[in-house]
Amino acid sequence: MEITSTLFTAKAIYVGIIFAITLGVAAYSTYFERIIAAFMQDRVGPDRAGPFGILQPLADAVKMFMKEDFIPANSNKWLFIAGPCLSMLTALMTSAVVPFGDQLDLGDGIILDLQGIDVNIGILWVFGIVSLGVYGVLIGGWASNNKYSLIGAIRAASQNISYELAMGLSIIAILMLSGSLSTKSIVETQQNGHWNILYQPLGFVIFLVCAFAECNRTPFDLPECETELIGGYHTEYSSMKLGFYLFSEYINMFISGAVMATLYFGGYDYLFNDYVAQISWLGEYAYNVSALLGLVVLIVKALIFVFIFMWVRWTLPRFRYDQLMGLGWTGLIPLAMFNVVLTGASMLFTVNDGGSNWMTVGASWAGVIIMLVVTFAYSEMKYKKKKLATA
Amino acid sequence: MNFWYFLTALTLLSASMVILSKNPIHSVLYLVFTFFCISGHYVLLNAQFLMAVNIVVYAGAIMVLFLFVIMMMDLSKNSPDSKSTLTKLAGAILGGTLLVILIAASRKVDLKDVKPIDAQTGMVEGLGQILYRDYVLPFELVSILFFVAMVGAVMLGKREAGERNF
Amino acid sequence: MNYQPSDFLPILVQLVAALAFIVATMLATHWLGPKRHSVLKDDAFECGIESVGDARTPISVKYFLVAILFVLFDVEIIFMYPWAVNFMGWVKSTSDVAITMFLEMLVFMGLLLLGFIYVIKKGVLTWEK
Repeated sequence: MEITSTLFTAKAIYVGIIFAITLGVAAYSTYFERIIAAFMQDRVGPDRAGPFGILQPLADAVKMFMKEDFIPANSNKWLFIAGPCLSMLTALMTSAVVPFGDQLDLGDGIILDLQGIDVNIGILWVFGIVSLGVYGVLIGGWASNNKYSLIGAIRAASQNISYELAMGLSIIAILMLSGSLSTKSIVETQQNGHWNILYQPLGFVIFLVCAFAECNRTPFDLPECETELIGGYHTEYSSMKLGFYLFSEYINMFISGAVMATLYFGGYDYLFNDYVAQISWLGEYAYNVSALLGLVVLIVKALIFVFIFMWVRWTLPRFRYDQLMGLGWTGLIPLAMFNVVLTGASMLFTVNDGGSNWMTVGASWAGVIIMLVVTFAYSEMKYKKKKLATA
Repeated sequence: MNFWYFLTALTLLSASMVILSKNPIHSVLYLVFTFFCISGHYVLLNAQFLMAVNIVVYAGAIMVLFLFVIMMMDLSKNSPDSKSTLTKLAGAILGGTLLVILIAASRKVDLKDVKPIDAQTGMVEGLGQILYRDYVLPFELVSILFFVAMVGAVMLGKREAGERNF
Repeated sequence: MNYQPSDFLPILVQLVAALAFIVATMLATHWLGPKRHSVLKDDAFECGIESVGDARTPISVKYFLVAILFVLFDVEIIFMYPWAVNFMGWVKSTSDVAITMFLEMLVFMGLLLLGFIYVIKKGVLTWEK
């Protein structure tokens, strides 16, 4: 498809809109996080800035801007500034490959894909940019010249790279089903309710856990754990530099929600797209309305994931560091490999079955059950051993 | 074509900054940027999978390892300026020779016989078809190589008595 | 599907937007905030205890090992991507090819698992000690 200047302008406007939506959602996630926390802990929450406190993010931003822009005397000044900027940059670049919607017909034969870039490597772009997220944390922590920051940064980096592996492995099973790296094709194979969650429950659980770890969210927020390492890698940061670190976490939450919706929950599919696209009274706009509804649906799906992130934060306690690394390496990586083998084997047994993958569905869910049974048996065994040892 | 010149200039600039900057962490960041520029070149060649692999493996994994190593060493003790003139001279001669060889080789290249290839060769599907059919043995040997590398890494990382660290 | 280098053009728009946002915010926060310096205040904050020496001391070799293993595993995972993308096609064509390819990957993963077990047995991934 040749990119004409009109199409490029349309694309640029689309990218700008998605950019604005991302920032807006991230800003209001901070507000809703407090509201949800307040609800779960039976408190009122922020209610002073504007009606129901909805101007709270604005007030926070103003506060962040007016704070002193502190740079420690012993730090490397430019690296100290570069740290949060890199974090923010990587957070903002991930959304490019997420297909937020189907195509939009703008008239005059211009058809706009509601996706930043539709490229052959698709999901590898996400994988690549996520792996760069380590730099912001590592550089920022090192440049602070503070022992706590350094330990926090090293811990965060080790955690991120460990969970990246399991994340990469869990995507492989999806690729086997869709046969393409392009996020657009991955969504298109899931249209009309064939969502990957049905075929890949185990892969989804692995991916979800890794997403939590990659976003440094509870129960994996050790790098910024208050009780052991003061503020972790951003101990020395203040004003909008600290704001960037915190804000990039919220952006990452939203984008990872969108990626999870794309990979496992049908992307912009909402089960009755075809019906909406054929409503007669909408006339020629019917298709566009259906596409825009898809965009709204994807954002809603992503927001549901953001809610789950928050729900977990106020429900679960934090891991210990050895438990965290143990889960990442000895737990999730073998499990993800098992998932790949399981998917491959079940696909082999349903050769030439005209696309229906019921064997894969069965095997995948059986895999989940086996995993649960094994985990239960193992923990039971360990518990008994401990009991014997103490008795 | 204009974009190619811009990208090449950027690549060369950042690559020379890698060796010119005094702070090793700056060097690492410039190197990451250089890898991005090289990925840009891969995009221009329509080798999209290579572009992604370059980012994931080089910029995302190997450079993180570099950063870890630099952070682990105590930099204040051994400053990089302590190279003798002889070392610098040897380095210059070696680099100059390599440059001469590269120029000599590129002068002999004949661009007339280049056949046009399918523009979609660089996509991941094509690579998979070739890698797992025609190059099965090298592919399996690679995994043995990784196994050896793992054993080597474990040996290197053995803790010595009396070591002080966090 | 015909993929072109020009597909990547919108990424430049996004990059420019992101950079503009970051630079503008950084300049604004630098310009807006107050500036007050003193020797003690500009020191690193280490729980209120006076900081001794430089923070850039050597860190545990364990983190370094994790980073090396990460590089190795990352490359191995990248090797599986082209295989995974083509697997559906192989399954749909003839079952013989698919089985061969499946066994190939089983051998590859088996060797990966072997190295993994070695690493675990050597205690690289135990953090309690």
